[in-house]
Amino acid sequence: MPLGLIMAKIFVDNIEYEVPDGKNLLEVCLSLGFNLTYFCWHPAMHSVGACRQCGVVNFKDENDKRGRLVMACMQAATNGIRISIEDPRAHAFRAGNIEALMLNHPHDCPVCDEGGECHLQDMTLMSGHNYRRNTFKKRTHYNQYLGPFINHEMNRCIQCYRCVRFYNDYAGGKDFAVFAAHDDVYFGRQEEGALENEFSGNLVEVCPTGVFTDKVLRKHYTRKWDLTSAPSVCHQCSLGCNILASERYGGIRRILTRYNGDVNGYFICDRGRFGYEYANSDKRIKQALKKSGNTLQHLSKDSALQEIKDFIFSGKNIIGIGSPRASLESNFMLKELVGENNFYGGIPKQESALISQAISILHQGKVKTPSLKEVESYDAVLILGEDITNTAPMLALAVRQAAKNKPREKAYALKIPHWDDAAVREIVQGEIGPVYLLTTHHTKLDEISTKSQYTTPDDIARAGFSIAQQINHSLPTVDTADDAMQAFVAAVARDLLNAKRPLVISGTSLFSSSVIQAAANIAYALKDSGKDAGLVYAVPEVNSTGMSMMASKDLDDAIARANEGGIDALIITENDLYYRIEKNKADDFLKNCGHVLVLENLQNETTAKADYVLPAGTFAESTGTVVNNEGRAQRFYQVYKPSNDICSSWEWLNEFRNSVSDTYAENFDAVVDEMVKRYPDLQKVKFAAPDANFRKGTQKIPRETARYSGRTAMLANINVSEPKPPVDKDSPLSFTMEGYQGIPPSADIPFFWSPGWNSVQSINRYQTEVGGSLHGGNPGVRLLEPSEENKSGYFDKIPERFTKKEGEWWIIPFYHIYGSDELSVKGPALAERIPSAYISMNEKDLNKNNLREGDKVTISFSGDKINVPVKEENTLPDGVAGLPKGFEGLTGVQFPFWGKITKV
Amino acid sequence: MAETKVIPDQAIKEITELFHHVPKKSATCIEALKIVQNHNRWVSDDAVKELATLLEMSPDEIDGVATFYNIIFRQPVGRHVIHLCNSVSCYILGYEKIEDHIKNKLKIGFGETTPDKRFTFLPIPCLGTCDHAPAMIIDEDLYRDLTPQKIDDILERYQ
Amino acid sequence: MERPLTEHIKNDGSVLSLKEYEAAGGYQALRKALKMTPQEVMQMVKDSNLRGRGGAGFPTGMKWSFVPMGDHAPHPKYIVANGDEMEPGTFKDRVLLEGNPHQLIEGMIISAYAIQADISYIFLRWAYHEAAKRVKNAIQEAYGAGYLGKKIAGSDYSVEMHLHTSVGRYMCGEETALLNALEGKRANPRSKPPFPQVSGLFGKPTIVNNVETFSNIAHIIDKGVEWYKALSKSPDGGGTKLYGVSGHVKKPAIWELPLGVSLRELIEEHAGGMMDGYKFRAALPGGASTDFLTEEHLDVAMDFTNTMKAGSRMGTGTVIVLDDKTCPVGMVFNLEKFFAQESCGWCTPCREGLPWTAKILDAIEHGRGMMNQLDILSFETVYMAPGNTFCALAPGAMEPLQSALKYFREDFERHIKEHKCPWD
Ligand SMILES: Cc1cc2nc3c(=O)[nH]c(=O)nc-3n(C[C@H](O)[C@H](O)[C@H](O)COP(=O)(O)O)c2cc1C
Ligand code: SF4
Ligand code: FES
Repeated sequence: MPLGLIMAKIFVDNIEYEVPDGKNLLEVCLSLGFNLTYFCWHPAMHSVGACRQCGVVNFKDENDKRGRLVMACMQAATNGIRISIEDPRAHAFRAGNIEALMLNHPHDCPVCDEGGECHLQDMTLMSGHNYRRNTFKKRTHYNQYLGPFINHEMNRCIQCYRCVRFYNDYAGGKDFAVFAAHDDVYFGRQEEGALENEFSGNLVEVCPTGVFTDKVLRKHYTRKWDLTSAPSVCHQCSLGCNILASERYGGIRRILTRYNGDVNGYFICDRGRFGYEYANSDKRIKQALKKSGNTLQHLSKDSALQEIKDFIFSGKNIIGIGSPRASLESNFMLKELVGENNFYGGIPKQESALISQAISILHQGKVKTPSLKEVESYDAVLILGEDITNTAPMLALAVRQAAKNKPREKAYALKIPHWDDAAVREIVQGEIGPVYLLTTHHTKLDEISTKSQYTTPDDIARAGFSIAQQINHSLPTVDTADDAMQAFVAAVARDLLNAKRPLVISGTSLFSSSVIQAAANIAYALKDSGKDAGLVYAVPEVNSTGMSMMASKDLDDAIARANEGGIDALIITENDLYYRIEKNKADDFLKNCGHVLVLENLQNETTAKADYVLPAGTFAESTGTVVNNEGRAQRFYQVYKPSNDICSSWEWLNEFRNSVSDTYAENFDAVVDEMVKRYPDLQKVKFAAPDANFRKGTQKIPRETARYSGRTAMLANINVSEPKPPVDKDSPLSFTMEGYQGIPPSADIPFFWSPGWNSVQSINRYQTEVGGSLHGGNPGVRLLEPSEENKSGYFDKIPERFTKKEGEWWIIPFYHIYGSDELSVKGPALAERIPSAYISMNEKDLNKNNLREGDKVTISFSGDKINVPVKEENTLPDGVAGLPKGFEGLTGVQFPFWGKITKV
Repeated sequence: MAETKVIPDQAIKEITELFHHVPKKSATCIEALKIVQNHNRWVSDDAVKELATLLEMSPDEIDGVATFYNIIFRQPVGRHVIHLCNSVSCYILGYEKIEDHIKNKLKIGFGETTPDKRFTFLPIPCLGTCDHAPAMIIDEDLYRDLTPQKIDDILERYQ
Repeated sequence: MERPLTEHIKNDGSVLSLKEYEAAGGYQALRKALKMTPQEVMQMVKDSNLRGRGGAGFPTGMKWSFVPMGDHAPHPKYIVANGDEMEPGTFKDRVLLEGNPHQLIEGMIISAYAIQADISYIFLRWAYHEAAKRVKNAIQEAYGAGYLGKKIAGSDYSVEMHLHTSVGRYMCGEETALLNALEGKRANPRSKPPFPQVSGLFGKPTIVNNVETFSNIAHIIDKGVEWYKALSKSPDGGGTKLYGVSGHVKKPAIWELPLGVSLRELIEEHAGGMMDGYKFRAALPGGASTDFLTEEHLDVAMDFTNTMKAGSRMGTGTVIVLDDKTCPVGMVFNLEKFFAQESCGWCTPCREGLPWTAKILDAIEHGRGMMNQLDILSFETVYMAPGNTFCALAPGAMEPLQSALKYFREDFERHIKEHKCPWD
């Protein structure tokens, strides 16, 4: 229920406070800074009143001396309400409740992964329960194998029901439940097996104790207080979810959600959480390498700088290839180094054009692109051509929340507040929508869609144009394929117009500019009908938007130029050309470019062909800015100083620039300053986070907790005197535990901790209000705002209907959360979840070609051949086949394409 | 899913008939479990999975419901199930003597099945016949005013 | 003395058929009600002062009045008879279900008409196999006679009725948990508000009443409010009440008596007094989740207010007598074991507190108890007080315990000191 700005006076232990009227009382108490205990309440999932841990005494009025115990989480903060947290009865109740919860708890903190950041530990201390009176045997449970990500230890469970509420109700999971009754209740799967939901990793944070813990962390376990952590941004898709990345002994140990009230809120997806292992891979390049014969040989940093200067930069015609997975600063520095005319964005023309188009629509058009968090507030959604569960997972989670808005109005009409989650759900009865999907084939979000239609990319665009026309009749009419589609178009148009805040989601994944334009048309038409419409485009990579804002030329342009000859050297920054383009094309390009220098994280086909390779930092070893699909620039920080030669690409490039042209950026901020001067569109990047001079008092913000241990011992095998701690000249963060101990600026929070609150639940202390923005505003700055006077205008290039070809298939990409991304797949835990390659088509097409599911086929296209088994996917249109994007052996494939499919 | 179906067609028919009573198939979950149990005597993992498909639910959801309730058997039971009331009025009237008698006679305790699969012995809360305590149910037959002497005779009727 | 609810129930234990029920004047009240407006029916029930017989004694007419009425009211609306009857020591609804199911069905149809419900359910506990057969048959008979289905008894009103037999859980008796069970889910209780009257089964307005409550309705409509009120001896509510006594009494049974007879009358007159060799010690007046009453309370009138004044509740009105040859600690242990077993597992106090309570009682009863455990038990009764838990199960469970600690403290202490049960 939208809360007005009406304030209520409430009394907590006889002291008056002003709080927003009708807000949840537990939330209010937490926001006011009280230490009130709770378990089942969760800031994103709200109240169900199960754990009874938040008991306070409620008095009718000043004269009521007795009062009665109530659960703060089930109470609204209404004007005049008087409560006591300190009342001895409330204390005794809360302590007794913990005592009850702990009856069967194994008290195994020393061997529990949660120890030291356990909400149950915190609450036990806070409640004052400290003496065990139970003399009986504890009940025990069997644990289950839940896959490579999550460890299960049911004996620690305190039955707060948060796990099922998150996994099933919030994230839409189906393969998890609560079983049995009374004190036997069990949270797990019907049978052992990997948790299928894309957001399962959040159980680690949602569970207040050590039932669900991070299995990947377990492989190289470190206590929270021994981790060195930095605020970071997930590099695994274009949404830019905020993460906390933590290191010990030179390796990344785990990723946690970094709350951002505008982006990912309290959660991240499993690709983001568990996809970091590539940063620890033994394929990492840690030292400069030089080609010698057919192998690469190590080179010291100094000789590398010298040799490369002589060898590469002696040439006249040097071109640079940037990357959508490199930071703005690294792309910028490359561009500075090679010169405006010699810089090429690292993606093929087709993709580049799509991204530019999306950016232009968001900037020149008149419809706002909401933040990821705002997506949750729309009340009707249309998804056009994008399998967001697999291309932008957290967007799918946000849509799942948006899908609940309209039905919830029923509960609000009965005066049930939004935070009364159990009551709201009973009233809503599982009703969802409206959510409409128009995709090429069945996708996971179909399970929440009001209606889904499947057709070819061109026909998706046509139906999209037709929806826009039904909303704005002045647009040209478009006929759709059949009656079913016609009915769908009408229903979508009707429901979008019925909504207060309709949202259109599309993206670049189908490689169709018509789809992108159709989505824009629908959003424009809604806006013209007076709707508070939103438009979201998913783009491929973490900095696709940022790089494209800077690059005016693309990889195809570079190839064309190289074909003309005359290039002396090529510098590639964090880009595997073999992932981007077909092998023969990449081979020819590299051959045409004279000498090749590659800055890269991991060995790959491109580094194998380079003359020199320099070790570039991943998100873990570098500092930089990336721009997400929304146009939000966000800073990520180096987590630790590696003991090898790895550093940010921009640092390497800065060195070369110094030796070539004698200009040197003193630190990261200087790079940003130069960049924003050159690119006025990026002006605001300067404010994405405080600069390196920022101090609280005179202090930097420590990356290590005050309890960090082993500092003097860790390197004692090398030198008994403690080395001087590394200095971070690029950020307000320090590499040690010394520094400011209070709440840092929101963009610079390396870990969440507050006195008495050692778990992630301490986030409450960092927010202006529960679920609201962090103190001082959420991190990041938006670079793209819509234009008032719609400079874009409606699109009118409606594609022809798709016509199939005899004997050939139109092969489109299928995306997988595990498998379609370049780097995350290099980690062992995530790799376990990658399905094997396949090609999908519908039953009719299979039969026509005498194929049966599982048959091996050869796909031939423009000179290439791939062998994979076939899979039946009956929602695919006739004549269209789906092939997984980015899988091993399928990288570099340019989608979509006509291909021949023959049985092996 | 099992190759051979474990839920008989007749049970599926009975379950399907319930669908038009309710706004969604999942609402018949408890009835459906009961029907399966009526036919199969217990609800196996395979049955849970087949039901899941039929009711458009996940096996996890179904099992969450099945394991909540006392009378859905997720393990095989004997040919006859003895439910002895162990609630308060029967306690006052001495159900424990009956329990001991059955234990000695069948050599099984609560929760167990005789090796010949003839009987499974379970406690059950108050049978609502407290004026005739102690009481028990075998399969669907109610026996009241029990004495150890009566038990032997009653058990004989169930082979 | 009139016994409208039971007078036609046959002594041989067989069921009253539709024909027999009609011959005794059955379904006349329904015809009468259908000629009235729903509001008029509801008003009569309100005026009759009928209070719910499921245990809490909420005024029935008032409960119905919260159901949204009129053209804009959500549909389908539901009406549900609560025949879960799993409260230990309670055996009153069984008598009505097995003996005269049409009385229940007619009452439900009239009630359904009053709130303009479309679908009705009878929710029966698993163990009532005989009742299930008879109710099922009676529903079929009622359909056959046109009392159920489309346009019933020549009126414009239509209502369906289904029988749901449960799969065993005391929790299903709690009305919101019962709704979850009817929806095919785990029988956890629901958050209130919203109350079922506004958002109940499948999110639609729903009325849940006890079987005995519904069985009164036809009589109220048939014979009128004044007659009905006069049946009661208590200013507290109208009508008769099914009372029962179990334990070591001479003639344990169920009787229909004016609301408000004394506990003494029940035990000494109707139940024939204690069995030879047994002395009365105390009684739970209305099922397992009421407080013990003792000798000094024998003259308390068994109505809602007076039992409350005496420190207990009328509950279901089925008395469980504790005698001098039965160990009170053993009895309370038996009760708490039941409650612990039947907790749904949703809220902490109930899920964890009850098993701990039961384990402590187990230890004390079997000579392994310790004195400090009595403090823990006292704490548990405060910890699980009404309002502290999600539903009324655990507070109900604490009622016999807290009163036992009050009245039988020496017995608890003797168990601990003597390291054995003195009754063994
Ligand atoms: C744990 C628990 C079990 C209950 N069991 C029953 C029951 O078996 N039968 C019943 O009629 N009411 C039972 N009730 C009371 C119901 O919740 C509800 O108040 C009653 O059905 C309303 O009917 P009435 O207003 O006609 O009394 C139970 C309540 C609780 C908390
Ligand atoms: S598993 Fe964790 S989150 Fe789930 S109920 Fe238990 S303690 Fe809560
Ligand atoms: S947080 Fe209030 S009951 Fe759990």
